[in-house]
Amino acid sequence: MSATLPPPRLLPSGDSAITVEFSRNIDDAANQRVLALDRTIAREPIAGVTETVPTYRSLLVHYDPVQIGFDALSEQLVALAQLPVPPVTTSRRWRIPVVYGGEHGIDLEDVARTLNTTPDDIVARHVAGDYRVAMIGFTPGWSYLSGLEKSLHMSRRQNPRLLTPAGTISIGGVQTGVQCLAGPSGWHLLGRTPVRTYQLHRDPTFLLEPGDAVTFAAIDAKTFADQDRAAEAGEIVAEMIAA
Amino acid sequence: MTKLVISAVGPASSVQDGGRHGAQRYGLTPSGAMDRLALAAANVLVGNAPLAAAIEIGPFGAAFTARDGAVRVALAGASRNADISGHTAAFNTSTTIADGETLTLGFARAGSFSYLAIEGGIAGEPMFGSLAVNARAGLGSPYPRPLQAGDELQAAAASGAAERRIDLPAVTEAPIRVVLGPQDDEFDDVQKQLFLDSEWKISATSDRMGYRLEGPVIKHLHGHNIVSDGTVDGSIQVPGNGAPIVLMPDRGTSGGYPKIATVISADLGRFAQTPAGKVFRFKAVSMAEAQAEFRKSAEFLRTLPDRLRPIESFDLNIEALQDANVAGAAVSAVDAGTWSP
Repeated sequence: MSATLPPPRLLPSGDSAITVEFSRNIDDAANQRVLALDRTIAREPIAGVTETVPTYRSLLVHYDPVQIGFDALSEQLVALAQLPVPPVTTSRRWRIPVVYGGEHGIDLEDVARTLNTTPDDIVARHVAGDYRVAMIGFTPGWSYLSGLEKSLHMSRRQNPRLLTPAGTISIGGVQTGVQCLAGPSGWHLLGRTPVRTYQLHRDPTFLLEPGDAVTFAAIDAKTFADQDRAAEAGEIVAEMIAA
Repeated sequence: MTKLVISAVGPASSVQDGGRHGAQRYGLTPSGAMDRLALAAANVLVGNAPLAAAIEIGPFGAAFTARDGAVRVALAGASRNADISGHTAAFNTSTTIADGETLTLGFARAGSFSYLAIEGGIAGEPMFGSLAVNARAGLGSPYPRPLQAGDELQAAAASGAAERRIDLPAVTEAPIRVVLGPQDDEFDDVQKQLFLDSEWKISATSDRMGYRLEGPVIKHLHGHNIVSDGTVDGSIQVPGNGAPIVLMPDRGTSGGYPKIATVISADLGRFAQTPAGKVFRFKAVSMAEAQAEFRKSAEFLRTLPDRLRPIESFDLNIEALQDANVAGAAVSAVDAGTWSP
């Protein structure tokens, strides 16, 4: 057996949740440990644990203090978190169609200008990326992806927008993301996808899982309009290219 | 079919229950009642499961009319004037609204949220096991939004069961208890003491997502940006302006501001009921104490039906007499434990 990994920090989030923190930064290795611990708990449930919420760098573990106390649960989590991380065997890979630029991605030209290149080059770099769902949060289906190429890292907007469209594909900091519902955002908007990562009366309601692999494919406005109608009617539209 | 018609309602009133759990990993916040104990008291009075869906009524007035039959209901939570056709309707008591009559509620007097439970519960289509309204996600049933005048809730015809009241302990004005963390190390000892020693008020701009606090500015040690991590009900995050926000049931599931402390579960409902502008304090407690309080309130919720009383009875309430300090100290004729001073 390989050397045990450094222990995570266990931070109390009130009396019924523990934050298992692997790093203070956005860090792929830490995220892999988060997802590994999440899978371990899903596979071998701990009595009293009610829900787990993976984020970039920590796993939030909700529990019922009537069934298990802070100290007993902490001990178990520390032990599980130090098991060797199994190699990432991504079970699913999605291809998500995106219409880039114009009215669908109002920041594409600005991003190209800031990075001293052309909009087409930005699209080519974004489409070339191999991404992984690091976490889903903020609002239903908002999927934060790791794996954004370094040349596309950009600080967020000075003035966040109060309303950005449903299906927005954007970049912010070292991340790219798939936003499901219309809402506020401080990221740079590159395009839109017809894919609903969250749709209420569809099976599955939530399309992406933390840990899923994602690639993007450029589509034109006409295709977007057609697929948007299909997606509204309940079609998944995204293509699963590996399972 | 019998129904309860919303004849008038202010903002911030919606159907709520124990919340939807298990999908925070997809960004879906639990929502649910701001004051679960008050929700449970109202439900138990009309024979419902404690965390069944009921109407959460915000600080403003409201009116509810029974149509096509009588509807049995119960009110709990923030007290306010309540009457049915000129007769006072008591809180923490079940009552029946006759066909065509209207229950009229005034503004909340003490607290912010009242709960109106309907015998038999609220008919709707549960989503992730809950009818709770989460307006931002378009979730909730029968209406995926706050209630509006003219809305109708299907109701069971009143059973005609004897009305009851429920004995609840008086609400304390003690400080709101917190457990420090998860990011209290983003603040130095001076700032932590400032947070714990200061008087706070809840801002009028607060809502079901978060309560903004007014008080001293809390300064961060290393700036206000952390990499987003998970949140819970009661997380106290400190954004860049140094004015803490306590996250409430409609919170985002993740957040990128340091969280100095977390309100303990047992005090969440009491905190949610604190009216805007009222001065209050926090108090740090140990994890052991917070979890003991959690277990106590779980037991309290479980045994709530034991506190139901027939409406005619005039049970001697020793605690209330002692609180009132009648004749210095009240003793019970039947409970020897109260005899010695």
